[in-house]
Amino acid sequence: MNGGTVIVGSGQAGVSTAFKLRALGYQGSIALVGAEPGLPYHRPPLSKTYLVSAAGAERLHIKHRGMYDSERIELMPDCCVAAIHRDGKTIELADGRTIGYDHLVLATGSRARNLPPEQGGDAANVYTFRTLADATRLRGEMAAGRRLLIVGGGYIGLETAAVARSLGMEVTLIERDSRILGRVAAAETAAHFRALHRQNGVRILEGAGLDRLELHSRRAEAARLADGTAIDADAVVVGIGVVPETGLAERAGLLVRNGIVVDGAGRTSDPSIYAAGDCACFPYEARRIRLESVQNAVDMAEIVARSIVGMAAEYRPVPWFWSDQYSTKLQIAGLNLGYTHVAVRRVSDSVVSIWYYDQQRFLAVDAVNDAKSFMTAKRWLSGGHSPAAEEIANPSVALDAVSLCENAAPIH
Amino acid sequence: MPIIIFIEPDGNQKEVRAEVGQSVMEAAVQNGVKGIDADCGGSCSCATCHGYIDEDWRDRIDPADSVELDMLDFAYMRAEGSRLTCQIKVGDGMDGLLIRLPEAQA
Repeated sequence: MNGGTVIVGSGQAGVSTAFKLRALGYQGSIALVGAEPGLPYHRPPLSKTYLVSAAGAERLHIKHRGMYDSERIELMPDCCVAAIHRDGKTIELADGRTIGYDHLVLATGSRARNLPPEQGGDAANVYTFRTLADATRLRGEMAAGRRLLIVGGGYIGLETAAVARSLGMEVTLIERDSRILGRVAAAETAAHFRALHRQNGVRILEGAGLDRLELHSRRAEAARLADGTAIDADAVVVGIGVVPETGLAERAGLLVRNGIVVDGAGRTSDPSIYAAGDCACFPYEARRIRLESVQNAVDMAEIVARSIVGMAAEYRPVPWFWSDQYSTKLQIAGLNLGYTHVAVRRVSDSVVSIWYYDQQRFLAVDAVNDAKSFMTAKRWLSGGHSPAAEEIANPSVALDAVSLCENAAPIH
Repeated sequence: MPIIIFIEPDGNQKEVRAEVGQSVMEAAVQNGVKGIDADCGGSCSCATCHGYIDEDWRDRIDPADSVELDMLDFAYMRAEGSRLTCQIKVGDGMDGLLIRLPEAQA
């Protein structure tokens, strides 16, 4: 096979790129090469509803099989890519086959960081969360009365804790830093979620470094903390972040620095090769960042598809994220990088939003059970408006009455 | 399996065989109905699976909860019968449900 577009990675970014290309009228061949078996699926439910539902994996499929045929997208599951040969514009699969490309899209995603083997990361009942296979195996461990230890107090850890409690497991979550959500959210947001999980019976230990897991017959039976405390466990979930999958790009000599470096149009240092989703590091205001989210996968896919068909494309996202825990919905708009302070808008005990500012400039919001704040913030962020913090902090001032000030243009 | 009828933004009518228990949005997206983006995959976080329920059906579907109503405030061209299709669960009695899709989602 020669020419056309080859997409490496069949997660959200890869699938979105393929379908967006067709929606834009792209006529060339499209091959979607994925390492996992089966049809591409939505990842976010893996740590949420999938774990508690009896439903099969079909519910998670992004598109039905017939859609790939009718859109002429050649789906190649279970295929690992061994190398990119940029001179001849081909990729080489692990089984030796080669596929030619005019445009290559790297949508390789990220992999979950695990504990090293010396800490017990290779035990049979230690789980990271990335793939459907991971979640399906973990689902087999989850049952009332069993003890689950969660290492890491980020969103994956907290979501898993919520699901495990709803199934009646005994749950302990340990976080090495002084508080949960330390990397991603303000202390005010962390406090809300700490209280929520404690009310629901999760034991949360912060400032609790893991020394190692204690193994018996290749299964972890307890965690030994740095201070010597032991916590018994039947299963362990490790949620300590992800690492972008950049090996293929690095070996091909593409520029890689905290992800595959792309420009605003999604192009890597080789103009025939693009990157999208978790693996791509793109310009954002005065920085270069990577985002691990569905929004980023979908929106970058659109940018890359536009670039491939020759349309103007400049990635200027308003990032957004969500997390479901118990019946609480957290919606995040914007990025809180470099915030100097927050304003808290407390409508009730369960409806609260935390607004991040860099001086007067509004950066992001964490909206808890408050879709109105989330959607309003999204609109303000895309319009370059900053709401007055002291009015935000006063819930008796309606959002549509809050004074706004125009942001100065970002420095590019 | 109930059949749900979507009127796509260009007026094209598309009939989709839906599974009981899945959401109307999932049935649409998996079958390539044009006019539903559903960026968030069904978590009621993006308001891009907006559709108008045909008048005859409005009373026969469970009403929207408060999160959905808040999100709908921001949907493009909200009108009578506006719903987020990710929040409507397909039931046995929904054979023939008719949903019109808006010109744009955001």
